[in-house]
Amino acid sequence: MTTSDAPRTLFAKVWDAHVVAARGSIDAPTILYVDLHLVHEVTSPQAFAGLAARGLRVRRPDRTVATMDHSTPTRGGLALADDQARAQLRQLERNCAEHGVTLHALGSAGHGIVHVIGPEQGLTQPGMTIVCGDSHTSTHGAFGALAFGIGTSEVEHVLASQCLLQRRPRTLRVTFTGLPPPGVTAKDLILAMIARIGVGGATGHVIEYAGEAIRALDMEGRMTVCNMSIEAGARAGMIAPDDTTFAYLAGRAHAPRGEAWDRAVQTWRALPSDDGAVFDRELAIDATALEPMITWGTNPGHGVGISQQVPDPARVSDAALRAQLDGALRYTRVEPGQSLLGVPVDVVFVGSCTNSRLGDLRAAASILRGRHVADRVRMLVVPGSAAIKAAAEAEGLDQVFRDAGAEWREPGCSMCIAMNGDQLSPGQLAVSTSNRNFEGRQGPGGRTLLASPLTAAASAVTGRVTDPRTLMAETPNAPARTA
Amino acid sequence: MTAPRFTQLTSRAVVLLDADVDTDQIIPARYLKGIDKAGLADALFADWRARPGFPIGTPASAGAQILLAGDNFACGSSREHAPWALVAGGFRAVVSTSFADIFRGNALKNGLVPVVVPAAVHAALATALAADPALELTIDLEAQELRAAGVATTPFVVDGFARRCLLDGVDELGFLLHHLPDIEAYERGR
Repeated sequence: MTTSDAPRTLFAKVWDAHVVAARGSIDAPTILYVDLHLVHEVTSPQAFAGLAARGLRVRRPDRTVATMDHSTPTRGGLALADDQARAQLRQLERNCAEHGVTLHALGSAGHGIVHVIGPEQGLTQPGMTIVCGDSHTSTHGAFGALAFGIGTSEVEHVLASQCLLQRRPRTLRVTFTGLPPPGVTAKDLILAMIARIGVGGATGHVIEYAGEAIRALDMEGRMTVCNMSIEAGARAGMIAPDDTTFAYLAGRAHAPRGEAWDRAVQTWRALPSDDGAVFDRELAIDATALEPMITWGTNPGHGVGISQQVPDPARVSDAALRAQLDGALRYTRVEPGQSLLGVPVDVVFVGSCTNSRLGDLRAAASILRGRHVADRVRMLVVPGSAAIKAAAEAEGLDQVFRDAGAEWREPGCSMCIAMNGDQLSPGQLAVSTSNRNFEGRQGPGGRTLLASPLTAAASAVTGRVTDPRTLMAETPNAPARTA
Repeated sequence: MTAPRFTQLTSRAVVLLDADVDTDQIIPARYLKGIDKAGLADALFADWRARPGFPIGTPASAGAQILLAGDNFACGSSREHAPWALVAGGFRAVVSTSFADIFRGNALKNGLVPVVVPAAVHAALATALAADPALELTIDLEAQELRAAGVATTPFVVDGFARRCLLDGVDELGFLLHHLPDIEAYERGR
């Protein structure tokens, strides 16, 4: 399948280049070489313990980078972590020190959410294979890398061998035709796709995102799209590298320099899918017809355009689907067949590996500037990394958030996964820029509506689920199409 | 290293037909702060156990090693704590119409066999188990067959390599390390 001039997909080119030629392993999966292994505190301790039990070392510490993100406090430093989280973070420190693995510890300049710092430091590059014990590893596919989440056993495999045993997935190309209207962001594109195909709609597939709307996105927007590939069940999401990609990478700490950069770009330019390359499935979505999206239920496929009505289970004939929709609406306490506009909001969270980058913060700030968060609403803004926090502060975004009455926090996963004390109280309803609205995801009994930073900020201002375009119209400098 | 083995299992089954059960339900994130695999049995479906009639963790479910689950079981996060918790809770096989990719791989590495059956068979099993909760199912990994009294014997397919590993107790990492010379050659050839 690597032969001659047969047109190949971006995925196939990256996959084929990482197949380790192995002899005599009939029926064995492909041994796939891993260029970059990202590690965090939650899914690695048992893998390091497994390594120790075998008397093994990390084989390629130079291809392994760790950070602390899931259970880190977003204020007050490590001292404020609970005992169990602190023990887990200390264990990561010990494991990295023992094996010579670079660790971006809490409080360091390189610290941040694993899927934010990889691209930010130029570690993530086109054509790479990248894995992490985290399903949102698909984020890195925005650069034309093949990046996917793995379990802890596989983390151990990669630590020990720098390889994984993998079956070749199928391919799905999703083409977003046309450009989305103002106020419709990368988050809305991907929520619309998941609503279309469902949370299992891309199982077994690697998605390549294509089309005018994708090409027009900046790298942060592309990361938002690829990030949520897993929410459709996809193994990974990828976007062909182009000048936008190269401009983002140029000059970053781990990006090639000088002649090496020129050679790299030349190689990267050959990565996009060839004309005539065949995908196992194709899907087209008209971006011009989209509006800001919001979820109403308990999985990321439960999304609707913000002016649309949520489903009415009574009108659904399939009994199993009806039961699921019914259960989801009961949990979120959303009225069947109603619009979400105007539903009262308790908490607004801007952050997570989906939407915590500078463009996301700028988008939220564009709504909040000169306005105030509604009286009974709590708003948290959690930058994705120390570098983003510094950049946001350099342009005064922190002051916009503080002036508006929002909390400006230290970087981390925070209320996306609610492991660090940032969480909803039972019954509270959040509009959140994160990636999962599963039951209890943001705290037991908490209710989550997923949306873009624009929609989240607009809802914070009014205290109700709000179409951001109604506030953008009053904002002369609103970004047409960002985040 | 010892690897999990699985040849054949005959057991009662617990029925949880919700579609798209995510790993946050199987084990909520607050139970992911450990540095070992201890104590995960109590974390299994911790937030759903309070639901009236929830079938797991009840006296009636004690001893059942098979879970009959809904479509797209265990979607969401990559946490291997999900199969760890299911195994800690006594399960050795999950029967469904489909599984999320990462969970399927994680489960196989822990001796928890994901068995995919057609929707009609799934419905027949659900009906049979509703009529007789004591009905025993047999998961035969050697023959790749699911058998139950009153339900047609159903073939299923498990990844050939993963199946071989489970039948023979082969350690996957051991297999990979055996190929270190190939991996080194690949690195030299780049």
